[in-house]
Amino acid sequence: MLTAIILVPVVGALFVALVPANRKELHLPLGIALSIMPLAIAGYLFWVFAPEPGFQFAVDVPWYEPWGLSWSLGIDGISMPMVVLTAILVPIALGASGSISVRTKEFIVYTLLLEAGMFGAFMARDLFLFFVFFEVILVPMYFIIGIWGGERRVYASMKFFIYTAFGSALLLAAIIGLAAMHTSEFGAPSFALADLATVSMSGGTEKWFFAAFALAFAIKVPLFPLHTWLPDAHVEAPTAGSILLAGVLLKLGTYGLMRFNLSLFPQASVDAVDVLGILAVIGIIYGAVVAIVQPDLKKLVAYTSVSHLGFIVLGTFALTSGSLQGAVIQNVNHGLTTGALFLLVGLLYERRHTKKISDFGGLQKVTPIFAGFFLFMIFASIGLPGLNGFVGEFLILIGSYATVPVLAIVAAFGVLLAAVYFLWAYERVFTGEPDREENRAMKDLSIKEIGLLAPLAILVLVLGLYPNVLLDKIAPSTEATLDHVEAATGYVTPAPGRLADVFVVGEAGE
Amino acid sequence: MTSLIWLVIAIPLVIAVVLHFFGRFLGEPLAGWLASLAVGAAFVVGLLAALPFFAGEAAAETIHLWDWMPAIGANLEIQWDQLSAVMVLVVTGVGTLIHVFSIGYLHGDERFHRLFVYLNLFIASMLTLVLAGNYAMLFLGWELVGFCSYLLVGFWFVRPTAAAAAKKAFVVNRIGDVGFTIGLMLVFTSFGTLSFSGIFERAPEVLTTGMATAIGLLLLAGAVGKSAQIPLYVWLPDAMEGPTPVSALIHAATMVTAGVYLIARSAAIFELAPAASLTVAIIGTATAIWAATIALAQRDIKKVLAYSTVSQLGYMFLAVGSTAYVAGIFHLMTHAFFKALLFLGAGSVIHAMSDEQDMHKMGGLFKKMPITAITMGIATLAIAGIPPLAGFWSKDEILGSVFERGGVFSILFVIALITSLLTAFYMARQWVLVFLGEPRWDEGVSPHESPGVMTIPLVALAILSFLGGLVNTPFMTSFEHFLEPVFEGLSLQHPPEGLTMFVVLAGLSVLAAVAGGGVAYLSYRRPQASWEKFEDGFEPLWGTWEEAYRVDDVYGAAIVAPGKRLSEWAAFEFDLPIVDGAVNGVARLFAGVGEKMRPLQSGYVRNYSALLLAGTVVVVVWLLAVGA
Repeated sequence: MLTAIILVPVVGALFVALVPANRKELHLPLGIALSIMPLAIAGYLFWVFAPEPGFQFAVDVPWYEPWGLSWSLGIDGISMPMVVLTAILVPIALGASGSISVRTKEFIVYTLLLEAGMFGAFMARDLFLFFVFFEVILVPMYFIIGIWGGERRVYASMKFFIYTAFGSALLLAAIIGLAAMHTSEFGAPSFALADLATVSMSGGTEKWFFAAFALAFAIKVPLFPLHTWLPDAHVEAPTAGSILLAGVLLKLGTYGLMRFNLSLFPQASVDAVDVLGILAVIGIIYGAVVAIVQPDLKKLVAYTSVSHLGFIVLGTFALTSGSLQGAVIQNVNHGLTTGALFLLVGLLYERRHTKKISDFGGLQKVTPIFAGFFLFMIFASIGLPGLNGFVGEFLILIGSYATVPVLAIVAAFGVLLAAVYFLWAYERVFTGEPDREENRAMKDLSIKEIGLLAPLAILVLVLGLYPNVLLDKIAPSTEATLDHVEAATGYVTPAPGRLADVFVVGEAGE
Repeated sequence: MTSLIWLVIAIPLVIAVVLHFFGRFLGEPLAGWLASLAVGAAFVVGLLAALPFFAGEAAAETIHLWDWMPAIGANLEIQWDQLSAVMVLVVTGVGTLIHVFSIGYLHGDERFHRLFVYLNLFIASMLTLVLAGNYAMLFLGWELVGFCSYLLVGFWFVRPTAAAAAKKAFVVNRIGDVGFTIGLMLVFTSFGTLSFSGIFERAPEVLTTGMATAIGLLLLAGAVGKSAQIPLYVWLPDAMEGPTPVSALIHAATMVTAGVYLIARSAAIFELAPAASLTVAIIGTATAIWAATIALAQRDIKKVLAYSTVSQLGYMFLAVGSTAYVAGIFHLMTHAFFKALLFLGAGSVIHAMSDEQDMHKMGGLFKKMPITAITMGIATLAIAGIPPLAGFWSKDEILGSVFERGGVFSILFVIALITSLLTAFYMARQWVLVFLGEPRWDEGVSPHESPGVMTIPLVALAILSFLGGLVNTPFMTSFEHFLEPVFEGLSLQHPPEGLTMFVVLAGLSVLAAVAGGGVAYLSYRRPQASWEKFEDGFEPLWGTWEEAYRVDDVYGAAIVAPGKRLSEWAAFEFDLPIVDGAVNGVARLFAGVGEKMRPLQSGYVRNYSALLLAGTVVVVVWLLAVGA
């Protein structure tokens, strides 16, 4: 099943590649249709996924035994939400690509390959396999930005590629190093996550390994001060690229930190709480402060990602039940809302060929439905309770206090700044009298565009009011991760950091 | 009926959704009537569910709806007790009347149905707030009412001032909410839950005085934002940009009282933190007199009422800060009646005067609109504290309780008494300026009494403002008796016992009211030139009050402008040249080295990455082949 969800987009990409390049009208519908298939599989996986710890739907095919490589896949409560998120966002990103007019075939091919890579990265239980997918993702994204991007696309794509490839190099070295240590300890090499977690190493060695992994993922997140590739990449990327970049690719960083750093280097993780926590909180505040005055709407949204992803890193390293659950669900939440916001900015750009905030004004009067969706999504992003963003951020904030009280307090101000940057932007773009002719002539959302946004809006609402559809399935895995960290290090989560500390109220009146 | 209490939230919520999608087709006035009916139905459900409380037989209940964030002990659960019952009845009762009034007020607006979507959503949110069984759900309602306020203040978003006011209201509230959130962190860390039933009973054994004080002060920060107290009150006067019924519902009768409710609800925590309580009382008193002085000199009919609301909320803070929780909630209720009436009356006047809000351009409206004039007159007497109207009883209970508390509170008592005098002055001034004297209308304005759909709610609220105080008099303390179970085991501050003390205190407050109101009446009864001279006599104070002490300018210069400069510096002088500059510098360094080796390479990253992709594919295929 898991192999299938990777192969479907790959085979789909090959299939699209066979379609003649001049049958442009076929490419996009075909691509969308093909991306619906993994969505169906992901829906099934979500439905069948049991709220238990450990990997489910595991696949283990030995690959090259002398090296201990295996095609080893599986999903648990931490990765399953990411797989589902990817499967949801790809059709929407393709659906938002109607304005791509050159080399449409290649665009679809790259997007589908990108999807396969993302699935693989989230499901890999073998580090080498993970690395392969992690790298594979870079290439189609590089082309998507570099071919279909804006004016400075070459600069942006090059920066994106080199910056992240630099992190990857470190990651590869560390992975090979780990496998080598496994060889010397157990006599045979292995890249399996479960095996490498048993490698014994000195505290100093662990720190170096941790640092290599953390740096690679921190670039991806991106964590302050490694974030400057992101605004450039976003501003230049086509809409689909931005949706997938913010929605999924950044999550490889946060996912990697939680999946690999916590389980492979628990002691170093516990020791790194302060360093990574401080960087995360700087990112939260700094990203928000810088976002406030951005003149370009897309760049503004890009900087908000720096701020929001900081919450996830904070939650990950605060190491409590609440904060970890919050971090996982916030991965999904941010993907949905920021994906939707990039989609909206893209639609705005298609209509007006500008992203400069000062070029707009008064759009709510002209395009009320557009304004309604935009307002809905920024409030989700601001963390309005009842919508999804709140659930993640609140779990992270309340949960983190037990371990890192000062950082949690500072992070709480990020929620205030979110209201400042988004509401000010909304005021300038949508309110007032539409005084420019181009703005007065702008068309409201079409049925098709509403069709792209409505599923995201519904998910935002469902996850806001009934997050248990996900939290139930996330919790056993995050608990297992915490158990693992505690068992491996002797670290004890301060009360009330664990679920067992939560005071359960008798459900009187039921 | 108790198990169906969730219906009071569900009914307006469902109707809000229905109106959102289909309201356009229902149109005017049907959309408005449907919305009013929904709130009315919620009132009936609330009343039926509260009947056992009236009979004195039921105990508080927690009704679990569904799990929300179990990891932090926060689920959706309803706390149904006497306090939430009072709040539900006030919100839905006053809410229904205001909905009906809005049908007339919004007549002809092209977004007629939209207003009722927002109003019904607001009612559902406010009920979520008051029915919450834990702090997280309370915060859910707390933020949602703020969101509705944002939508409603900015209802006429084409006006830049309305859009700016909406943003300001939300952002200023969020400042308080940061405190609130931090407070909840402390609550969770102390108790391992956010659920009321897991907190209040265990508070004495769990909390140290220091922790209780910290939590109390942080909750107070949230309350100060929502209830527009010093130093965060500045959003409320601007919020008058919203349609007037909105001001009546949200910015007078219900949402802004949420801070008072929060403190009363958290009484068990404040019980352990006398310093936090005292802070509440001091902030309340300071706000009461500060805002009252500003109200004295306003020319805009709604601005007078806005500052008056800030001032009256200060009274409620004084009450709950003196642990006179029942008095605070009692004043919350009577204030909901008479202040909603005042706002709706003002709306009726503005409606009649073709959207004129400047009182200098009114006058002599009594004859043109007698129902509005008389009902507003009743509300004016009620807020001024003239017996036997509602405001007299509730204000007197606050003053009495503060007096009885003694010590530092004696100073607060004196300030509150002076505020009482000022209140009577500015209210009488408003009523006389609007309804008596010679007409000072602009040309082309022909005032007329509002239609029945607007005057009937006025009359209903006038009756409540007249009689509503009788539920709790020193001679029959039924309201107090009703709420007592909620505060069981806590030290509840009462007014002094005995008729003599009551007569003395009541005499003092009535004297203050009569003095303030009398001076205003005598001064403003006379021609314009005369009262303008009277106002000039107070310069430079009068001008300072009229400009509201220019607090907005101070905040702008001290906080907003430096904040913007900091943000610009970070974005354009730090992030771009320094953080990103370093990255590009490293890149250039490598590029320079690479230049020397150029003949070896094509130099195109896309070639490299294509090679990388090809290489990866080869490796994967090879491994697959070998593995199989």
